[in-house]
Amino acid sequence: MASIWQYANPAKFMRLSDTLLPWVSLAAALCLVGGLIWGFFFTPDDFRQGSTVKIIYLHVPAALMAINIWFMMLVASLAWFIRRQHISALAAKAAAPIGAVMTVIALLTGAIWGEPMWGTWWVWDPRLTSFLILFLFYLGYIALWEAIENPETASDLTAILCLVGSVFAVLSRYAVNFWNQGLHQGASVMRAGAIAGDTEERVSNVFAAPLFMCIAGFGLLFVALILMRTSTEIRKRRAAALMARERMS
Amino acid sequence: MRALLRRDLTLAFRSGGGFGLGLAFFLIVAILVPFAVGPENALLSKIAAGILWLGALLACLLSLDRIFALDWEDGTLDLLATAPVPLEMVCAAKALAHWLTTGLPLTLAAPVLGILLSLPPEGYVWLIASLLLGTPALSVIGTFGAALTVGIKRGGLLLSLLVLPLYVPTLIFGAEVARRGAEGLTVTTPLALMSGVSLAVIAVLPFVSALVLRVNLR
Repeated sequence: MASIWQYANPAKFMRLSDTLLPWVSLAAALCLVGGLIWGFFFTPDDFRQGSTVKIIYLHVPAALMAINIWFMMLVASLAWFIRRQHISALAAKAAAPIGAVMTVIALLTGAIWGEPMWGTWWVWDPRLTSFLILFLFYLGYIALWEAIENPETASDLTAILCLVGSVFAVLSRYAVNFWNQGLHQGASVMRAGAIAGDTEERVSNVFAAPLFMCIAGFGLLFVALILMRTSTEIRKRRAAALMARERMS
Repeated sequence: MRALLRRDLTLAFRSGGGFGLGLAFFLIVAILVPFAVGPENALLSKIAAGILWLGALLACLLSLDRIFALDWEDGTLDLLATAPVPLEMVCAAKALAHWLTTGLPLTLAAPVLGILLSLPPEGYVWLIASLLLGTPALSVIGTFGAALTVGIKRGGLLLSLLVLPLYVPTLIFGAEVARRGAEGLTVTTPLALMSGVSLAVIAVLPFVSALVLRVNLR
């Protein structure tokens, strides 16, 4: 019977990713280029924010991806613990730097937008603070992978760190809420009214359509990158195994 | 179990142990802050609770890599893993020993330093209470971090990087209790949340640390 787990076989995974990669990359490029050009040049300036509103097309997708990539790493770590297939651990390893970069993009674009709008590059707002903490988690995770030489040990320890870190990341998210509501606006893209087409409470359709395209583009970009990076990790393992065999003989 | 605790305590108190280090660091932080921010009492009394919490946290961080490093190097950890005592209990004992040699002395020293930082009189009870309930969490989380990095040479920086984000909830809630206490506000909510964090990590993390150690000793 066909199941998703058959692709845990590295050879099968590589074959699948080799066929998928060009298509996913193409779709990602189309969505990103299309969405960004549409967003930057063919939407009106906001009534109050002027053209600075357009940074939303980078900020929101990056922030979404930053959280979802960590979530994907959590799922992959759990899969590694349950099924002990190396590809899960390698996928989590491959995802971490992408997630860290997404977090940096979200923080930087937020700062660039915040300077003219809020009058400050940085405030200790709950959302900003929790993203900073998330960034620290990403850094710690990547550093732990790099520091441990034995791949099996590294997979186990980083998976444990990811699980424990997830609990603490959620905890921190609620802990920083303690101070105050902060400057950052609440959710305004994915409101309940958005589905019903009610634009009173959320971002107007003029901005939302290219935004969704950008979000899709970032998602596809992540899929393309993760396929590529996981294949690279598999090749690195193979090379290491070959080198070890050379040395033995 | 008791023998292990006694051994760790003796090692810490003998010269070269970690006992004096954390306490001295805490003292230095608290004494140097007024030199850095200026001697105005109004300002100091406002930030005293936060400074004391931060100092206690950093002092805890300082002695974390001693928890397992020496035992790992001379092979004691392998013996402990094969000993009739479960490894989970070993981790709990290690955390307890770390707390007795850093968290507890820091808590006891904090009121004295509170005077130096002109902490308002209402704040002392809640400062001690928050440190007493919060520092065990720091030790237990630190033991987990030390277990993760035990096999890594010169893992001190990595250990801090891993443990720092894990300390955030405890620091926020703990400092909030101390700050609210100093300002005479009600402290129930942050106190309950911080105690909840402490109890949860004490209950769960020794098992995780033992798991991590088994992976490292494999």
